Amino acid sequence: MNSILKIENLYKNYQTEKEEIKVLDNININVNQGDFVGIVGPSGSGKSTLLSIISGLETKSSGKIITDKRIAYMLQTDTLMPFLTVLENCLLGLKIQKKCTKLEIEKVKKLLIKYGLKDYIDKYPKDLSGGQKQRTSLIRALSLSPDILLLDEPFSALDYQNRLKISNDVINILKEEKKSMIIVTHDISEAISLCNKVIVLSDKPSIIKSIYKIDLKKEKDPIKNRMSDEFMKYYKMIWRDLNDK
Amino acid sequence: MISNERKNYLKKKKRSKRIILISQISILILFFGIWELLSRLNIIDTFLLSSPTKVFNTIIDLAKSNNLFNHISTTLKEILISFVLGNIIGFLIASILYLNKTLSKILDPYLTILNSLPKVALGPLIIIISGANNKSIIIMALLISSIISILNINTAFKSTDENRIKLLKSMNANKIQILTKVVIPSNYSQIVDSFKVNISMCFVGVIMGEFLVSKEGIGYLINYGSQVFNMNLVISGIIILIILTIILYLCISFLERKIKKSS
Repeated sequence: MNSILKIENLYKNYQTEKEEIKVLDNININVNQGDFVGIVGPSGSGKSTLLSIISGLETKSSGKIITDKRIAYMLQTDTLMPFLTVLENCLLGLKIQKKCTKLEIEKVKKLLIKYGLKDYIDKYPKDLSGGQKQRTSLIRALSLSPDILLLDEPFSALDYQNRLKISNDVINILKEEKKSMIIVTHDISEAISLCNKVIVLSDKPSIIKSIYKIDLKKEKDPIKNRMSDEFMKYYKMIWRDLNDK
Repeated sequence: MISNERKNYLKKKKRSKRIILISQISILILFFGIWELLSRLNIIDTFLLSSPTKVFNTIIDLAKSNNLFNHISTTLKEILISFVLGNIIGFLIASILYLNKTLSKILDPYLTILNSLPKVALGPLIIIISGANNKSIIIMALLISSIISILNINTAFKSTDENRIKLLKSMNANKIQILTKVVIPSNYSQIVDSFKVNISMCFVGVIMGEFLVSKEGIGYLINYGSQVFNMNLVISGIIILIILTIILYLCISFLERKIKKSS
């Protein structure tokens, strides 16, 4: 498999006036082309910090992040700008990077049409359902033509039923667009059902406790996916790792 | 087809609104009615507290002699100039402070001290420096309005959703892009709210300035009336001020509705 992102011996410490807080401790991750990587761990273990470092939002204390691929970040639902229309939201990144050509606008419009937002192009986020908001956020991230998408608990604000539906929806779009993904979640089931690789982080300072290659016969129905014996096997192993001090 | 439950709900809402409006108008009528009655029955001293008819006649006399409109236009001009300048200064300085966190921290205690300082204490100093003219009045109003404006807008800017800022940073946005694309649009309504506060501050500043230096304006009218013991003039001036405040407040509320609708 083709490696597109390598994280080697990554350390991150936060400095405060009182003390130095160790957050990440010797993290090594390899992401291949087409990989969907899930990162699970206790609250405050540094999962989001890891994504921020990968995306360049935060500096690392030491270590290497090797990639020549474009990376985009997708946060929670409410990061859609309420004062911009769906199309304007999706063009935001292109405008900031001064790449908003007619061709790019057409490309974004095509994506919106392809993923069922044709009638909402000129509408505002308040007119969208939870799923439509997520798709808009995703298209906004895709508008910058990234190779790797970083998702920071993107479904945490949704109720369980919508969460299953929308996460499935997002994954299908990413597969169709042939993107790789790293998703941070505190939901073990979500990580197992969406990803082909799950990384379990320990409590702070975070070390990698285990890496699981997920080999599930993926069903179309996310509920069926979560009811299989194999799924439960992975669930138990990850649960054990998370609770193992 | 509207259900009976909905009809009743709408009827109740309408009735409640009507009751509130009628009560508000009744209080006003009652206030002026009692005031007029007490003055006619000589229960209150009209030399000190005047009466609604006397106030009304004074306003008519002022209007007939054309003085009223000169006074109103002078005050309005001063208020509008200080309001526009105060908001521009407030907005620009708040933006600079947002872009430069270190400068913001350095200036923070000075802004707080300036805000708590009673600006009227600076009046004599301003008059000596700028002269006994309209300039001093506008500077006084600016001192009051712009500092509050800086503090309010800066607080609003700082409260912008961190996730939105994080998203823009992930798109490689620079500080100015973050300010113009997220921070300012996210705070339209807070900026308009600061306009609302500002208009009252400008009123305070202008009237205070007119008390100290002017030869024209509603503040001058009130001050002059008190010096010659013409309470009809003093109370007329206060009532004209109240009417002006209401008109300007309604203008800002109209602007607020327009901005909130478009954002």
